[in-house]
Amino acid sequence: MTQPHPLTLRARAEAEAARFPPLLARAEYLAGTVLLGEHGRRRAGQGDDFWQYRPVRQGDPVRMIDWRRSARGDMQFVREREWQIAQSVMLWVDQAASMRFASDPNLPEKADRARLLALAVAVLLVRGGERVGLTGTALPPRRGNAQLLRLAEMFSRDEDMDYGIPEARAMIPQARAMFVSDFLSDLLPVQAALTKAADRGVRGVLIQVLDPSEEAFPFQGRTIFQSMGGTLAHETLKAGDLRGRYLERLAERKAALADLCAATGWQYQCHHTDAAAQSALLWVWRALERGAGT
Amino acid sequence: MMIGPIGFAAPWLLLGLLALPILWIILRAVPPAPIRRRFPGVALLLGLKDDESVTDRTPWWLLLLRMLAVAAVIIGLAGPVLNPQADRQPGNGPVLIVMDGGWAGAQDWTGRAELADRMLAEAGREGRTAAILRLSAPEQAAFQSADLWRSRIAGMTPQPWTPTPDMVARAIDLLPDGGFETLWFTDGLAIDGRDDLLAALEARGTVRVFASGRSPVAMVPATYQEGVLQLAARRASGGPALDLTVAAHGLDPSRTPRVLANLPLQFEPDATEAMTQASLPSELRARITRFEIEGLRSTGAVALSDDSLSRREVALIAGREDREGLELLSPLHYLRQALAPNADLLEGELLDLLPANPDVIILADIATLSPSEEDALLDWTENGGLLLRFAGPRLAASEVSRTDEHPLMPVRLRAGGRTVGGAMSWGDPKTLAPFTEDSPFFGLPIPDDVTVTAQVMAQPDPTLADRVIAQLTDGTPLVTRKPVGQGHVVLMHVTANAEWSSLPLSGLFVRMLERLAVSSVGQGLVGEDLEGTSWQPVTVLDGFGRVQDAQTLPGVDGAALLSAPLGPDLRPGLYDGNDRRIARNTISADTVLSPATWPARIPVEGLSRPAETPLAGYLLAAALGLLLADVIASLALSGRLIGARAAVILLVALSALPRDAVADDAFAIAATSELRLGHIVTGDARLDDMAQAGLRGLSETLFFRTSVEPGAPMAVNLETDEIGLFPFLYWPITPEQPTPSVEAYEKLNRYLRSGGMILFDTRDADVAGFGAASPNGRKLQQLAAPLDIPALEPIPEDHVITRTFYLLQDFPGRHTARDVWVEAAPADAERIEGMPFRNLNDGVTPVVIGGNDWAAAWAMDERGNALFPVGRGFGGERQRELAFRFGVNLVMHVLTGNYKSDQVHVPALLDRLGQ
Repeated sequence: MTQPHPLTLRARAEAEAARFPPLLARAEYLAGTVLLGEHGRRRAGQGDDFWQYRPVRQGDPVRMIDWRRSARGDMQFVREREWQIAQSVMLWVDQAASMRFASDPNLPEKADRARLLALAVAVLLVRGGERVGLTGTALPPRRGNAQLLRLAEMFSRDEDMDYGIPEARAMIPQARAMFVSDFLSDLLPVQAALTKAADRGVRGVLIQVLDPSEEAFPFQGRTIFQSMGGTLAHETLKAGDLRGRYLERLAERKAALADLCAATGWQYQCHHTDAAAQSALLWVWRALERGAGT
Repeated sequence: MMIGPIGFAAPWLLLGLLALPILWIILRAVPPAPIRRRFPGVALLLGLKDDESVTDRTPWWLLLLRMLAVAAVIIGLAGPVLNPQADRQPGNGPVLIVMDGGWAGAQDWTGRAELADRMLAEAGREGRTAAILRLSAPEQAAFQSADLWRSRIAGMTPQPWTPTPDMVARAIDLLPDGGFETLWFTDGLAIDGRDDLLAALEARGTVRVFASGRSPVAMVPATYQEGVLQLAARRASGGPALDLTVAAHGLDPSRTPRVLANLPLQFEPDATEAMTQASLPSELRARITRFEIEGLRSTGAVALSDDSLSRREVALIAGREDREGLELLSPLHYLRQALAPNADLLEGELLDLLPANPDVIILADIATLSPSEEDALLDWTENGGLLLRFAGPRLAASEVSRTDEHPLMPVRLRAGGRTVGGAMSWGDPKTLAPFTEDSPFFGLPIPDDVTVTAQVMAQPDPTLADRVIAQLTDGTPLVTRKPVGQGHVVLMHVTANAEWSSLPLSGLFVRMLERLAVSSVGQGLVGEDLEGTSWQPVTVLDGFGRVQDAQTLPGVDGAALLSAPLGPDLRPGLYDGNDRRIARNTISADTVLSPATWPARIPVEGLSRPAETPLAGYLLAAALGLLLADVIASLALSGRLIGARAAVILLVALSALPRDAVADDAFAIAATSELRLGHIVTGDARLDDMAQAGLRGLSETLFFRTSVEPGAPMAVNLETDEIGLFPFLYWPITPEQPTPSVEAYEKLNRYLRSGGMILFDTRDADVAGFGAASPNGRKLQQLAAPLDIPALEPIPEDHVITRTFYLLQDFPGRHTARDVWVEAAPADAERIEGMPFRNLNDGVTPVVIGGNDWAAAWAMDERGNALFPVGRGFGGERQRELAFRFGVNLVMHVLTGNYKSDQVHVPALLDRLGQ
């Protein structure tokens, strides 16, 4: 492909830029529906809020002693603050071709829903003071609203490959992660990524975004099914007969993902594009909080 | 090969139909083409095997559809022809086409000519020679190549007469020698001498007769009886009822030919004559030149009208009306009797009658006239009037025209006149001498019993001989005539009553008056009335009934004019002679049209024959249609027609429902399911789009900044839509927009009274306060005049709109004019202690009027980008921001009313609560 002309670059850039404010705005709006609850760590640590006084123990530096409290009695106390260390949350959103599928013009593409969810989660996290970034090295977790713009920009990039492979490199230990994909491709990379994450102590959520037609398989007659990128094809003479076995396999896939998550300490949820994004967001938010509590 | 009425050009191709069962089997074996479907879940399908190796079978009806399509193609290619003409055994020998060729055939002339052409074509294909013999114009018919005759047939036209026995006899003489087949195209009317011709033809070969199904119709000349026009038409044979329209053609006052009247004429079933009456004003009647049956092209369908329909106005003036009781002696009695049937009579004083401009003035025994009367009469005569004077005792006794010729007398008179054959005189009463050739009376038979006993005598003059048009046997003038200007003066040397002669008692008197054009031609005109006259054709009719100029056609003898059979020498038409016009029509009042009957041995065929219709095209088209249906059916079967099918079903369902109710409900549901801002449709598409975009921008802004979350704005049509569903309407003003109807104003007033708000935007920046200074302002005044709008004032600094959401003092849109008008505050509003604003409670201003073009400043596309530039640079962005804030404040004001205004009472309320 020829190099795009510099003169057209700006026009294209503006056209691109005009695309993600709505995504960001919708994500902000979606995020606005979730009220931020407590997000302290419920344990002593670095932070601003008072947590508890505790007697001085061996090894506490002298300057940690809270003299005002200690002056009330004979014991010396240390003022502990609630641990409010900012959490890093790493997102991976499947940008592959298989996500750009919508069975009905009235339904959003799976990619659209996935990005919206991920960005809304990012908005919430940034508001909560967390650091958000992408898995891999492209966009390491940072805080601040500018990071949202960068995320939105990253999310507006499509990838050409047919099925996405979870990016599990450069995982920050003990961080949180959120993988959004349809997980219809080979399960091995997912397994590898999750195992690797678990090795590093990364917990997270796995959102499987599916189109309703992928759940229902409403096809009949002689059909050649092709993947979105066209690399895979399957011809059948009677699509209707395949339905039962397809659904079986799908259920197997879901069960495998759930098992995998249970084994690695992740949480799994399946979301359909015809359902409200808000319910999925709420679940993700609760799941991330739950993950934070453990 | 024939199957029923269908023949096949290539019947062997039909064997292809045997292949259909094989095709059936093949089609069943081949599965339908697969659908290619993008589906990410294919990854899960990989490796799955089909249970059965057999595909879904093509349904039997789809197979049948395809079979039918293939069958249609095969049959279509086999060249099917409906009604093939090849059923007749080809004849041999020459063909003679005999045509009656009279006017009666003109109605179906096209059909005749086409059929004859086809026959000739057939004969040409079979290599037979042909000839055409027209009975109406018999000519030597030589057998020549059929193509040669074909080229001549287009030039043949029907003749405006029917074949006479003479013509038939001549045709028999002209028959070619040798044997031939005869095709006789009859007109449908009986012909004298037909049987002889038929016998002669049958002697030469077979005879086939072609006749039209339509009976010839002819128009009887219109007559005028008892004050109404009598119209009649005849047809040769009875049949079903027939409605005709007779058009009376004539000249309108500007001498333009046009249809003066349309009269219906109906043949009852089985009736051969149809009659109707028409009452037309005499002025109109006199202008009618011909009656024509609409839609029939033949000479018979046209009846020319002559003078018989126009009645002359004759003024009768007698000097001596004082003799009571002696009616038979009245000088006018016989004139009245003679003229009344055919002329309109006027009686009275001469000077009273002259302004009516009669055609003829008859002075019965009036000798002297006053000078003024004389001058007037002379003028009238010179302008074409006919002055007819009768002698009498007074004239004989007077000195008029005694020494000098009086201008109103044709001759000089001798004193006293003479009396012959009376008791006191010698000699016998004189009789009339035969009329000379140059006399207008030439040809009239003279009854023996007409005698003259007294007369006035003309002085011998050099001019006398020229002026005498009738004389007695002794050579004394009886009638003299002299031209005066364009008119004539005629003197009858006898009285108008029977005192001096028995002439007024005879029929000759009436005919003489007719010849003098005193009275118009009566109905009972017979040949001898016209004996000895010569008539020049003016217009003649052709066979199709078209009126043509007679040009150089020779004149016709009067005796033959009315009775001789029509022919090349006497064509139907209008004939002119001696100041009168006589129409000779195709049929006369007593002609009977008799239909032609043929012996049973002669086959009579119709003109129209079922045309050869190749069916291949239809079959191939049907095959195409079937294949199209197959495409749709296949699509539907494979599930690719879902959208289209749904659309069709939806369309049908929608069209079945009452449309208005659906639309109204849909509109109301859309308007009320969410809060929506509305804008009035102005009819200017660009402006409406801008208002829509502006309200979209405002709605987005409200959505993000406030708890007001409006849906997409809607366009509101004042005439059809319910506006009470909208809390806020934006009404951009354009000079071109239509003024709403009364009902729409009622709606608007109801809306304003019940708490709605309209933002009027003149979009012209500067003149919001000054009314008519701009077209938009004028239009606003005009639009708002019928509205129930309270007193207005520019937004005061403490108006609640300045603080409903944002604190504002400017209300810019794309323009920054300060003058924005709202409902005026009550005069007794007082400033509240400790507050920077007055105590202004209650109510939302029903209108906000400004000209800042807010919609343009608010306008956003779907992605939230501004559509119109505002101001310059960043200052402009600030202005846009203020415009949005104004919009937010405005909507907040609409939705919360005086809530913010009531906030001034908060301290007082808190104070009271505290106690």
